[in-house]
Amino acid sequence: MSSSSIPAPIHSSVSDFFYRNSRLLTLLFIVPPLIWIGIVYVGSLFALLLQSFYSLDEFSGLVVHELTLATYGHLFESSNMVIVLRTTVMATIVTIASSIVSFPIAYYAARYAKGGWKALFYLAVMMPLWSSYLVKVYAWKLILAKEGIITWVAEKLHLGFVLETLLSVPVIGGSSLSFSYIGTFLVFVYIWLPYMILPTQAALERVPGSLIEASADLGATPGQSLRTVILPLALPGVIAGSIFTFSLTLGDYIIPQIIGNSRPFIGSTVYALQGTAGDIPLAAAFTVVPIVIMGIYLVIARRLGAFDAL
Amino acid sequence: MRSEPRASISLKVAAFVGLVFLHAPLALIVLYAFTTEEKSFQFPPPGYTTRWFSAAWFDRPDIWPPLWLSLKVALLATLIALVLGTLAAAALWRARFFGKDSISLLFILPIALPGIITGIALRSAFDIMNVPFSTWTIVLGHATFCIVVVYNNALARFRRLSGNMIEASMDLGADGFQTFRHVVLPQIGSALLAGGMLAFALSFDEVIVTTFTAGQQSTLPIWMLNELIRPRQRPVTNVVAIIVIAVTFLPILAAYYLTREGEHTGGSGK
Repeated sequence: MSSSSIPAPIHSSVSDFFYRNSRLLTLLFIVPPLIWIGIVYVGSLFALLLQSFYSLDEFSGLVVHELTLATYGHLFESSNMVIVLRTTVMATIVTIASSIVSFPIAYYAARYAKGGWKALFYLAVMMPLWSSYLVKVYAWKLILAKEGIITWVAEKLHLGFVLETLLSVPVIGGSSLSFSYIGTFLVFVYIWLPYMILPTQAALERVPGSLIEASADLGATPGQSLRTVILPLALPGVIAGSIFTFSLTLGDYIIPQIIGNSRPFIGSTVYALQGTAGDIPLAAAFTVVPIVIMGIYLVIARRLGAFDAL
Repeated sequence: MRSEPRASISLKVAAFVGLVFLHAPLALIVLYAFTTEEKSFQFPPPGYTTRWFSAAWFDRPDIWPPLWLSLKVALLATLIALVLGTLAAAALWRARFFGKDSISLLFILPIALPGIITGIALRSAFDIMNVPFSTWTIVLGHATFCIVVVYNNALARFRRLSGNMIEASMDLGADGFQTFRHVVLPQIGSALLAGGMLAFALSFDEVIVTTFTAGQQSTLPIWMLNELIRPRQRPVTNVVAIIVIAVTFLPILAAYYLTREGEHTGGSGK
């Protein structure tokens, strides 16, 4: 090349240079997105973290810019820990419920749906996933309202008393479904369900059919095949899905505001603290809780191979 | 010997019930857009009318600015995400280098962490640096999680792309740019388009991060949130909801067909 009498076009010499220095090219590729995510995003996270080591002066209501652990002391007060516990329990139950509800859909779509049906199944899951979050929350407001469809159906089936009994259960009950934990739970499961179905389905599609046939040939009942062959192979997908359902429930502040008994969750507490209360340090300390929980969760998930199923 | 596996009845029922659970609420949104009752959510609706559609179009000028803003933000965020997400995927696919795993973890952080954290973190960063809220602060927030969507889509396709084809192209005398233009791009193009469409739909619909980064402006989801808290002509909200569903449906459909074609990417056959 160097001996050629006609000078090579500039772009080809640039390209030769990068071919010889391919690590430099990789660096060039990675730097812009890394600046965005690594500096803008992670930098903001650190700024937030820093704020949690400041404190709020109780008399003036101003943020004191001195490093202190006082705000964390505040966080561990029982009234705040109740909020953390309530949110974590809700996130756990929602995650378990959505993995149970999504499994048959994912399994059917992965193994039995063919051709046009498969496309239809996929779209049937994608549609609710991408359709507006608020639209869906709103839809549940319609459904769970006292004069809404659930009450109507229960009365038509003469099962009104079941609904009454359910709502009179302490803690989870309430004046109507849309003002109870049951309502909040249902909406969470509904909204995050597609996030669970898609990775589960992806994992199930990678389970070779021959493996299941082999399991059956070797005398396993369908139940045994499910437990010993399919479930272990689908687990990374389910865990990948649970990252979403768990994380999204931990941080959501809109659903508990619109549907539920208005007891605070982490998200709504953070929102109230940074907005009306102006207590940024405590709000920041509160956000550290889901960060820590999700950090631990992600490390475990990666061990279990969930990232390959994303 | 059976040639086709058959699903058991219980599996079929469970899958079907699950799908109904996913879709019945959306159907109700449509139903309630036609109700004559605008104060409560009475079921079944006492009567049916189409007047809310014309009301939304003619009597509610407050719908239009949020709609345009949402479209603008989604478009800008998608463009940024396409560039940065593709670069990140290309870099992480091409090379093994120190810290690669940590970086790949970093790139899914914006969707792995709850949106409220992203929102409040960006908001406090804007406060600290005295950045005034504007359309660009919204775009910045949205691009952060849109990058992830494009990155995931692109990386999945890159992994199926055979390195041999790139080497063959180079051996046949193409330079890096030509290889990219004629070999790589045709193979990853549909994945990028699909990722871009999903990013667009995600941004168009985002509300949690947006409430923290929007300042006084409202996007369509924020408009809707306000309608939920302080309802005014409830069925009009349903009409807007139907439009939103219709608008997001097309990109999803397109994204699906684009990535499905990709299953047959050349050079990936093993």
